[in-house]
Amino acid sequence: MSDVVIRAENISKKYIIGHEKQASYSTFSESLSSAAHSIRNKILHPFSADNETTELEEFWALKDINFEIKQGDKVGIIGRNGAGKSTLLKILSRITEPTTGKIGIKGRVASLLEVGTGFHPELTGRENIFLNGAILGMTKKEIKMKFDEIVDFSGIEKFLDTPVKRYSSGMYVRLAFAVAAHLEPEILIIDEVLAVGDAEFQKKCLGKMDEVSQEGRTLIFVSHNMAAIKALCTRGLLLKNGYTISDDIINNIVALYDNHTKPPSCKVTKNSILTKASISPSIINNSAKQLITITLTIKPTFPLPNYFMIGLEDNYGNRIFTNGTHLDANWHKIKLNTTISCKFPPPSLTPGNYWISIAIGHENPRHNLEFHRCALGITVENKEANTTSSLLPGQGSIVVDANWSCS
Amino acid sequence: MKKITEQSNACFSEFDITIQPGKRLDKSLKELWQYRDLFFFLAWRDFKVRYKQTIIGALWAFLRPLLTMIVFTIIFGKVAGLPSQGDAPYAIMVFSAMLPWYFFSSSFGDGSNALVANSSMISKVYFPRIIIPISTLFVNLVDLGISFVILLILMIYYQFAPSTNIVFLPLFLLLAIAFTIALTLWMSALNVKYRDIRYIVPFIIQFGLYVSPVGFSSEVITNKWRIIYSLNPMVGVIDGFRWCIIGKAANFYWPGFIISIAFTIFLLISGYLFFSNTERKFADII
Repeated sequence: MSDVVIRAENISKKYIIGHEKQASYSTFSESLSSAAHSIRNKILHPFSADNETTELEEFWALKDINFEIKQGDKVGIIGRNGAGKSTLLKILSRITEPTTGKIGIKGRVASLLEVGTGFHPELTGRENIFLNGAILGMTKKEIKMKFDEIVDFSGIEKFLDTPVKRYSSGMYVRLAFAVAAHLEPEILIIDEVLAVGDAEFQKKCLGKMDEVSQEGRTLIFVSHNMAAIKALCTRGLLLKNGYTISDDIINNIVALYDNHTKPPSCKVTKNSILTKASISPSIINNSAKQLITITLTIKPTFPLPNYFMIGLEDNYGNRIFTNGTHLDANWHKIKLNTTISCKFPPPSLTPGNYWISIAIGHENPRHNLEFHRCALGITVENKEANTTSSLLPGQGSIVVDANWSCS
Repeated sequence: MKKITEQSNACFSEFDITIQPGKRLDKSLKELWQYRDLFFFLAWRDFKVRYKQTIIGALWAFLRPLLTMIVFTIIFGKVAGLPSQGDAPYAIMVFSAMLPWYFFSSSFGDGSNALVANSSMISKVYFPRIIIPISTLFVNLVDLGISFVILLILMIYYQFAPSTNIVFLPLFLLLAIAFTIALTLWMSALNVKYRDIRYIVPFIIQFGLYVSPVGFSSEVITNKWRIIYSLNPMVGVIDGFRWCIIGKAANFYWPGFIISIAFTIFLLISGYLFFSNTERKFADII
């Protein structure tokens, strides 16, 4: 017997999306007869999609997905919105059935696609722990055994006998995650549920999930939080538009995902003057001192471009700095060549992905020949758990060392 | 090709669960047993929530059947002058029908809406779906118990001793439960796709109240029509309840009862098949 706990073969899932057609009934009797016609169709073919008033379009949320997951694997499923991650989880948790393919699962599965499913606002925290536990597949005995731990983890002892409709959303989420965290299935499936709650609670949740995976349970985790995925998972599955792009160790998958998240206009095409662009190192940490080198190779066209510019942008499209040959007094002393390099000290940046755009042109009169948006990527990693890790998205991308004191 | 399929099937035999399109979900009794506590907790939730934010709370469980009984006794017994069965007071005859009728109508009403009402659970968590419509039955069983207490009070008031047939009451209750489950399975599954059901069900219940012999004795119906009348399984259930409570004076119409049972079994099996064939699609269309 192998230790494969999940095997998926050729999983596809088709949805039919209906676009409503403009109704063109002019008289009451026409619309009535059309309604009668569609009722007749409904009776003859119940549960078939209504093709009278809507235009139908097939949409493949998943296409030919194959994978095997072994006992104790910690798999992160990565992809952009609409890549099919949630559909895959829904199929694995038996909520919806695949259109084609076959899946075998060994052991008890618990899936957490949403925090607090089935919570009833009128019931108290205590009552909801039991209700939610039962919905997630625990028996009354198991819940009773875990009850104190759950309450402890959630930190809401004081409000245990208050109806949850009076809870703050933070309390609600903490209680809900606490219940789910104490499931003890052989396979745990978790969708993006950590997006809620404050940073401290997220940390606690990740810790709990890590603990679960240390016990040799199998974990399938979907998140947009790459740091969390990297910390938790050993293996990754990259989905794009319903297809598997890659199935590899997690670091490769995250790197690949970063490449795939580039804006679409980043390609160096055959006809462009720029034939090659590279950056070294492409991964830096925020305390690195090593110079970053960008090397550009261009076609030997005449006249050779003699004006180059680079611009650094963060993941949200904000320009961080711009630099160009016109700012370097030494530039014209260099002989013209088809290989151009640019060295600059690493800027102090908060961890994340950054993009370099490249412009090529002529100096005199100055004009651009080509502009390559986000041609190169650069990743800033968090070397040590220092202060910058507690910054939130939107709090800027430049790291400044400041000293705070009282006087 | 066939060989490959066989091989791949062999590969899957070692798994506990196989997911495959078109395959009916594997809802063995074992699995329902694993989820037995969910039956309890859902019923308990409905019970807890039922009379929240009401002033007289559980008193409603007493009032509803009591008031209906009074109205029926006045209209059918006094105004229309319909006969009771044997020497039983009209109120008791009406109330012994009210017990199964209220159980049926409330569970059927709640149950057929249950899947839609719990749609968020259906699209986010897996569990045997059948638990949802069936768990609504439990709350109404509690109400039935409360109504039974009212019946006892009425009997004391009228100094009317129940018949010894009362020991058979659980059998007729079982028929009522089976019929309710059958209809609920059909309607709740249809309701997922066709929300028309939401408007049809109250109509069926209202219509049924007048068609079923709740306010009057089924002996009012002439024998010629009685066999067709018995196609409504509630006729069999209500006649049975009266036979148990009032006793020999309420003549029991056997052919009708057998038809009621047969029709209930047919509805139950077809309802179960329909439910389990459509439940795979619930999450997609709810």
